[in-house]
Amino acid sequence: MSSAPPRAVTISRPPSAREIFVNRAFRGLTHVFAWATIVLLAYILFEIGSLAVPAMNEYGADFVTGTTWDANREEFGVLPEIMGTLYTSLIALVIGGALGVAVAIVLSQGFLPPVLEHLMKNIVELLAAIPSVVYGLWGIFVVIPTVRGPAEWLHEHLGFLPFFDTRLSGPGILPASLVLSIMVLPTVAAISREAMVAVPHKLREAAFGLGATRWETILGVVLPTASAGIFGAVVLAFGRALGETMALAMLVGNANVFGWSLFSPGNTLASLLANHFPEAGRVEVGALMYAALVLTAITLIVNVIGSLIMIRASSKMQGLR
Amino acid sequence: MVSATATATNGNGHENGVGDGVVIDCRIENLYYGDFHAVRDTHVPIRKGTITAFIGPSGCGKSTALRCVNRMNDLVRGFRFSGHVHFRGQDIYGRSIDPVAVRRSIGMVFQQPNPFAMSIYRNVAFGLRLNRFKGDVDEQVERALRGAALWDEVKDKLSASGLSLSGGQQQRLCIARAIATEPEVLLMDEPCSALDPIATRRIEELMLELKERFTIAIVTHNLQQAARVADWTGFMMVDTSRGGRTGYLVEFEETKKLFDEPAEDLTREYLQGEFS
Ligand SMILES: Nc1ncnc2c1ncn2[C@@H]1O[C@H](COP(=O)(O)OP(=O)(O)OP(=O)(O)O)[C@@H](O)[C@H]1O
Ligand SMILES: [Mg+2]
Repeated sequence: MSSAPPRAVTISRPPSAREIFVNRAFRGLTHVFAWATIVLLAYILFEIGSLAVPAMNEYGADFVTGTTWDANREEFGVLPEIMGTLYTSLIALVIGGALGVAVAIVLSQGFLPPVLEHLMKNIVELLAAIPSVVYGLWGIFVVIPTVRGPAEWLHEHLGFLPFFDTRLSGPGILPASLVLSIMVLPTVAAISREAMVAVPHKLREAAFGLGATRWETILGVVLPTASAGIFGAVVLAFGRALGETMALAMLVGNANVFGWSLFSPGNTLASLLANHFPEAGRVEVGALMYAALVLTAITLIVNVIGSLIMIRASSKMQGLR
Repeated sequence: MVSATATATNGNGHENGVGDGVVIDCRIENLYYGDFHAVRDTHVPIRKGTITAFIGPSGCGKSTALRCVNRMNDLVRGFRFSGHVHFRGQDIYGRSIDPVAVRRSIGMVFQQPNPFAMSIYRNVAFGLRLNRFKGDVDEQVERALRGAALWDEVKDKLSASGLSLSGGQQQRLCIARAIATEPEVLLMDEPCSALDPIATRRIEELMLELKERFTIAIVTHNLQQAARVADWTGFMMVDTSRGGRTGYLVEFEETKKLFDEPAEDLTREYLQGEFS
């Protein structure tokens, strides 16, 4: 009896060697995977970069300010594509962002019975699963014929505005942007819905308790509290829109010009790449790699900004639990 | 407006045989959250210019009863209620009544501090904005913060986030937010549970000050607090005899009488358990 170690009075005990090992191994593994993504990204950038080096040396900064893309004369500039990329993405973001936030409000603020809310949420997220090429076909066969009439009317009556000063001849900035806005909608809706759902119920209760109506509660408390998260969603969606390829290659018109008219054909960096790679010779491939690098840089910058905002959002919510 | 209200409720009070000066006549016959029978047979008349306290063990339905009075339970899915809550001579659960209007006149401080994720100033001014307050917002915000014994601690950082405050400070911020619009009736669910004795005293003084003009109902676990500030006290208990956990009102009396000579044995046992 006396040789037995003193019996512990509590049930709590320190973690065993095995538990510590499992914990360490798990942590090590997550580190490996986390670093692997960074290495992969760096590797892709390096590969594209090294293929682009000859073109970068050749054209330098003129590449991003030049406006001609002529493989025969070996003259390459992507300013129209940069502008077209930003223009279509911005329009898509305004339309898709507004719709997405509206959808998120309807699907998070108790407007629908829970079962229906859940169902609708999944349907909206399914929009993201539709292949890009299907969106492209939908754009060609549905969106373009549908917008033709209104576009004609706008051109007739408001043609003095730079946005309407050409005719819609089929593919162009407007149909591309409209389809793109539907494509980014699920991203905006899903992420900003998460942000709105994360607003603690007690805050909504506080607003209702002060005699706020449902809309006053949503506009005055829910949206401001979730604002950083919503903004992050919009920026992430912007990143998606910038890189969208197939649907835009089908819808944007692939003209190496840029005009402010919504009805004029244009081009984006991603669809430039998609359209020119198949027949590109050695020199043009270098230029395309350079264009790919420009696109990646734009997308990366936008995503980094988005992530930073998301981080700020979660730190702002910290005092709330 | 005030006199009209008083007459209306007086008339109503007589009708229901609960005496003069009743501004809110709350009669919960049965209250359910989904299938859960939470409260039954709780009749509490709240008199104008008084403080009414709810006491009782945890889970007996004090918060539930209080939240009935400004229709906060409407936000809970599955909430069902039979009975009435008369305010200004009307049943606030009546068909034609807008719960939003009810809540503007009957303010609430919740059991858990729930400041908005915005500045201290905007937290307090929130209700003023809702009510399209035309006067001096700065002045009203300061008054509310002073009333809640928070002014000295926050006067130099009104633009700091309400969430940057300590738990007790957050609770006082919520009190300031609720009193800023000077609602006719103020419901406070354990307003002092996170406060130190000094702030507690200050809030009690505030309640006594406010009851001159307004009417207050509080929930408290602090029996001494009920004895100190409340004019009327209701003691609630859980009834487990029918297999559920249904809260009900055991006794409702003037505070002094309830504490000195409770009519029910249950009340005496509860009070003795706490005081001995
Ligand atoms: N939103 C809700 N949904 C379902 N049941 C609830 C809800 N709120 C409260 N209840 C239940 O109703 C009963 C009474 O709860 P209530 O919050 O009114 O108690 P309380 O007297 O305020 O307790 P405490 O002193 O601990 O705050 C409890 O059994 C609780 O589980
Ligand atoms: Mg409670």
